Amino acid sequence: MALDGNALAGPLAGIYAFDVTTARARCAHCGVVARLARALVFASAMGIVARCRACEEVLLTVVERPDGTSVSARGLAWLRP
Amino acid sequence: MAITTRGFGGRRAPAEKPLPPGQFLTEDFPVLSAGPTPNVDEAHWQFSVHTESGEVRRWDWAALMAMPVEDVTTDIHCVTRWSRFDTQWRGVSVDAFFEDVESEAEFVMVHSYGGYTTNLPLEDLLDGKAWITFEHGGEPLAPLHGGPVRLIVPHLYFWKSAKWVRGFVMQEHEEPGFWEQNGYHLYGDPWLEQRYA
Repeated sequence: MALDGNALAGPLAGIYAFDVTTARARCAHCGVVARLARALVFASAMGIVARCRACEEVLLTVVERPDGTSVSARGLAWLRP
Repeated sequence: MAITTRGFGGRRAPAEKPLPPGQFLTEDFPVLSAGPTPNVDEAHWQFSVHTESGEVRRWDWAALMAMPVEDVTTDIHCVTRWSRFDTQWRGVSVDAFFEDVESEAEFVMVHSYGGYTTNLPLEDLLDGKAWITFEHGGEPLAPLHGGPVRLIVPHLYFWKSAKWVRGFVMQEHEEPGFWEQNGYHLYGDPWLEQRYA
């Protein structure tokens, strides 16, 4: 079941110095700009996958590894607090 | 002090059958999804193999049903630490698909409906080690578990067993798939506990 982007707040609190859920993000795939809280979030024990609500392509992936949190943001053209 | 979790309400394995290191036994079938469940019906399902020469071999549902079907009982191991013993699948060995495919490439990128990908060496898909399945536990494979058709590669962590499989792209060099790009191991042998890259 998909959550919304507010589910990213906790896992990313130690990564970005601002609240990512209120940040605006541009989808690198379709170009839509939206607050990250609007993302479709799929959370499982493997990791958190945030997708663009417009095109459903991956914006951001968060994986909790033994050596720390790894964030891939290759689906974001940009992110602005 | 080491802390262990029993995860998913599982119990420890019977002593006579070993579990890979760090795994716990469950009788549930947890669902892990990286995106929306694709809505693919049998009438529109297609599977294809793309070779390095640009050739494409395709199968539809009727072609799949005409292939030699096998019943497979196997243990499965998820990188999130649950394992299930003796899961039952019905499908076609990947070997049967490669009878008509000419390729020298040693690696495969598996593609799914919905955009998921995972990478494997070709040798891990051949010689009776992997199946294209359409039934689980005697029932048609449910969409949440990858239906109508799911790849099963039980000797590797279960993220390699791509749900909603739609094709293989042959590759001369190994490239990382979706979870492999995000920090998980390129190969994923549960007995060597190859969880992360």
